[in-house]
Amino acid sequence: MIESDAFVQALQDIGVDFFTGVPDSILGGIIAELMERRLYTPAVREDEAVAMAAGAYMAGKIPAVLMQNSGLGTSLNTLISLNYIYRQPCILIVSWRGQGGKDAPEHLVMGEVMEPFLDTMKIPHRTLTEKTAVEDLRWLAETFMKQRIPVALLITKGVVKGLHP
Amino acid sequence: MAALLELLTDQPVIICNGFPSREAQKIADRPTHFYMIGSMGSAAAIGLGVALAKPKKHVVIFDGDGNVLMGMGTLATIGALKPKNFIHVVFDNEVYGTTGNQPTISNVVQLEKVAKAAGYVNVERVREREDLVYEFKDMLKKDGPSMLLVKVNEMVEDAGRVMLDPPDITKRFMQAIE
Repeated sequence: MIESDAFVQALQDIGVDFFTGVPDSILGGIIAELMERRLYTPAVREDEAVAMAAGAYMAGKIPAVLMQNSGLGTSLNTLISLNYIYRQPCILIVSWRGQGGKDAPEHLVMGEVMEPFLDTMKIPHRTLTEKTAVEDLRWLAETFMKQRIPVALLITKGVVKGLHP
Repeated sequence: MAALLELLTDQPVIICNGFPSREAQKIADRPTHFYMIGSMGSAAAIGLGVALAKPKKHVVIFDGDGNVLMGMGTLATIGALKPKNFIHVVFDNEVYGTTGNQPTISNVVQLEKVAKAAGYVNVERVREREDLVYEFKDMLKKDGPSMLLVKVNEMVEDAGRVMLDPPDITKRFMQAIE
């Protein structure tokens, strides 16, 4: 399991300096660490977080948005009609609720369709694992810089240490 | 809008989709303007991102009533974070202008009161040009966040679509506010 502080440090090391989002339990440890470091600006909706990140990007920051995968649905129009067409990159740190069909009912559909959904939206994505973490982060930074569009790192349960071990 | 643009120089201005962007481009096209063509409801959130990242610059948002209603949660985020350099101008014509003047609900919901309740420091509602200029100048001097709600008439003439390429708008804006 990756420690939350190591994960946050790795994001800072690739240059991320603006963090916003809407919480999820899987992301609880990461958000707690970001708050500890006074780096986190909470949003009330995921599409708001994405738009805030777009503004921060244009003002010189490298932004990351944390959200549960349900928030991808909420953010869809902003990701397409702002980030995508205006070439405003954003790192999406998305928790994969409903993965493998084991979760509360509201997460099951998105959990199942998330990857094809991201493919359809032309959002490059990769799932973080402890073994490949260094490579995953490098891929994230490179894709962000090269393509100038939103890019998603998917976080499954138990990969990054949460609030409740 | 022309009266406000006269008072601005190099401040970043985020302009919502629909008539506000079309009008602003026609009146005075500046590289410090970020024209939105989609993502309705997001102007204030984009402006908030700029304001947080550039705390020494006044950031101005030209918004509409339909846009504010769509992204109303952002009023709460702004009210809670209280960026001092944030001036939110809302042109309220009580209709969705570009889609055929269908009514919004801003005739009964007073958006500046919602902003005040959410934690905006200064809010004003104006109808006349001279009040608009006076209050806007005042807001440029005060610590925000501030909302200036401007009651306007429905547009009679379309200023024409924003013709710039969206990636060029991004690049130009980024260079202009560096």
